[in-house]
Amino acid sequence: MDKKHGKQSISFAAPPAMTATATVAGPMEGDGLLGGQFDRILEDNLAGQDSWEKSEAAMLEWAIRTAVARGGTLADIDFILAGDLLNQLMSAHFAVRGLGRPFLGLYGACSTMAESLLIGAILIDGGFASRVAVGVSSHHDAAERQYRYPTEQGVQRPPLAQWTVTGAGSAVLTQGGAGPKVTAATVGKVVDAGLKDVNAMGPAMAPAAADTLWHHLQDFGRQPGYYDIILTGDLGQIGKKLLIQLMQEKGVDIAANYEDCGLMIYRDDQDPHAGASGCAASALVLCAHAYPLLVIGRLKRILLIGTGSLHSTTSYQQKESIPCIAHAVAIEA
Amino acid sequence: MPASDGSEGQQEFQKWYQAQFNQVKPKPPIVKNALWAFVVGGLICTFGQVILNYFLGLGLSMKEAAGPTSAVLIFLAALFTGLGVYDELGRYAGAGSIVPITGFANSIVAPAMEFKREGYVFGLGAKMFVIAGPVIVYGLVTAFVIGLIYWLRH
Amino acid sequence: MQTYLMAFIIGGLICIIGQLLMDLTPLTPAHVLVLFVVLGGILSGLGLYQPLVEMGGAGATVPLPGFGHSLVSGTIEDINKYGFTGIFSGALRATATGITAAVVFGFLAAVTFKPKG
Repeated sequence: MDKKHGKQSISFAAPPAMTATATVAGPMEGDGLLGGQFDRILEDNLAGQDSWEKSEAAMLEWAIRTAVARGGTLADIDFILAGDLLNQLMSAHFAVRGLGRPFLGLYGACSTMAESLLIGAILIDGGFASRVAVGVSSHHDAAERQYRYPTEQGVQRPPLAQWTVTGAGSAVLTQGGAGPKVTAATVGKVVDAGLKDVNAMGPAMAPAAADTLWHHLQDFGRQPGYYDIILTGDLGQIGKKLLIQLMQEKGVDIAANYEDCGLMIYRDDQDPHAGASGCAASALVLCAHAYPLLVIGRLKRILLIGTGSLHSTTSYQQKESIPCIAHAVAIEA
Repeated sequence: MPASDGSEGQQEFQKWYQAQFNQVKPKPPIVKNALWAFVVGGLICTFGQVILNYFLGLGLSMKEAAGPTSAVLIFLAALFTGLGVYDELGRYAGAGSIVPITGFANSIVAPAMEFKREGYVFGLGAKMFVIAGPVIVYGLVTAFVIGLIYWLRH
Repeated sequence: MQTYLMAFIIGGLICIIGQLLMDLTPLTPAHVLVLFVVLGGILSGLGLYQPLVEMGGAGATVPLPGFGHSLVSGTIEDINKYGFTGIFSGALRATATGITAAVVFGFLAAVTFKPKG
């Protein structure tokens, strides 16, 4: 049990390397803050498919194939771990349908990128695999019609609302190999802060992020300054404010080196309200932005805290509050 | 700050957190939204009056003219929803484009269009009434109850 | 000119009430539509909506409470004409044009157009 630390954390004896990533994003994301850093930008949200769900699956498949092709072939991949936001993981299942590799589907809502990296690293460090591909996707229109209103309905979004990112990101983890290493992780608990407003996903997730971050720091005896940057994905403007506040209450100041992936995708004038959300938000920021900085050494250590709002359309119609999760993954150059 | 994990102190934490959240929760721009709703809603109704006057000018009675007026507005709302314009208007106008009969039409066309991909029966046909259905259900129940009371008293 | 101005003001005011309900309460647009039809029906039953229609014209008939008013006034009309069975026939008879138009135009628009997202 020497790889388990404290109550919720693990470290890897031979940290797996992230050897490649690939990203694809929708037109609005392509026009946003990270526009120049994506591998591919779709011309429209359908990208030649006949539904948004198919478009999302195609993006995820493309991202996984592209990441895998950067330094290997599909046949070398021991497992694929992937997930998305749609019911029954529709995009992930259809994306891997043609890939012909052993697959595990994961659901952690917007925390799925962190969750899949965490489990992928465990598989490799445990000696069960030498190459694992992970990937997640989300699609604004597909998510909107599943969780909210039909897209052509003339409704007003409240200022708290976050904008689901259209895109997909994938990474390849290998045993040994060159690239930033996944060194440690903290598995989150489901935390229910009691909020019921489905527009308040960021604020609902902040206590889960605070809980995971706090235990991560405790379990390893670290200060926030150990990391060049702590990234949550994706609390949005209000959730970010609340997380800083929650950590302050615990006597930890993270304001200096903390950013939220939800605030790194869109420009303000793109009118995303409280920020970006969706599985792809943290995946795009990690794979297209943070990863290259880790590779060239501009960033040495980052902590990605994937946050997920685990409600369903049924749960909120039954007036349930929003259970949330956060998983932390430490990646070091 | 109360503990956030486990059942012990959970309720206390939730109460405390709800209060924290309420402090930073952004308020919608109430005056701006109301103004948009007033102007757009007012304009749609004024346009309705133009159509109504046209039908009245053809010699229809007020009662006879109301139906065709609605039909014209509904046709235009269906067209602009199809062209992808009505939802853009709704982003700004809010209730101004929801409350008029055009909003009712929008709420029929939007899901019908979107769920066509799930087929003409279970998609388009069934989802058409996701929002309009409840409106008709409660409207008819209200009319029934009031009609019954009226009948009992006369 | 007067009728247009009144239509603008009455219609605009009804929409403001709807907007305030959405901004200040947890009610969604669907809730507001349902609430307005029911309220329009009740006001009509109490004899309070007809004066608003006379004052605001389309400003009172175009917003959803006007739909509730049509449902109820149609019911009462049919009760006066046919007695008990009017309770069941009046509401849909009075609103048939609007409902049929909404379903048929809705169908045609859905068949013709693709959602843009």
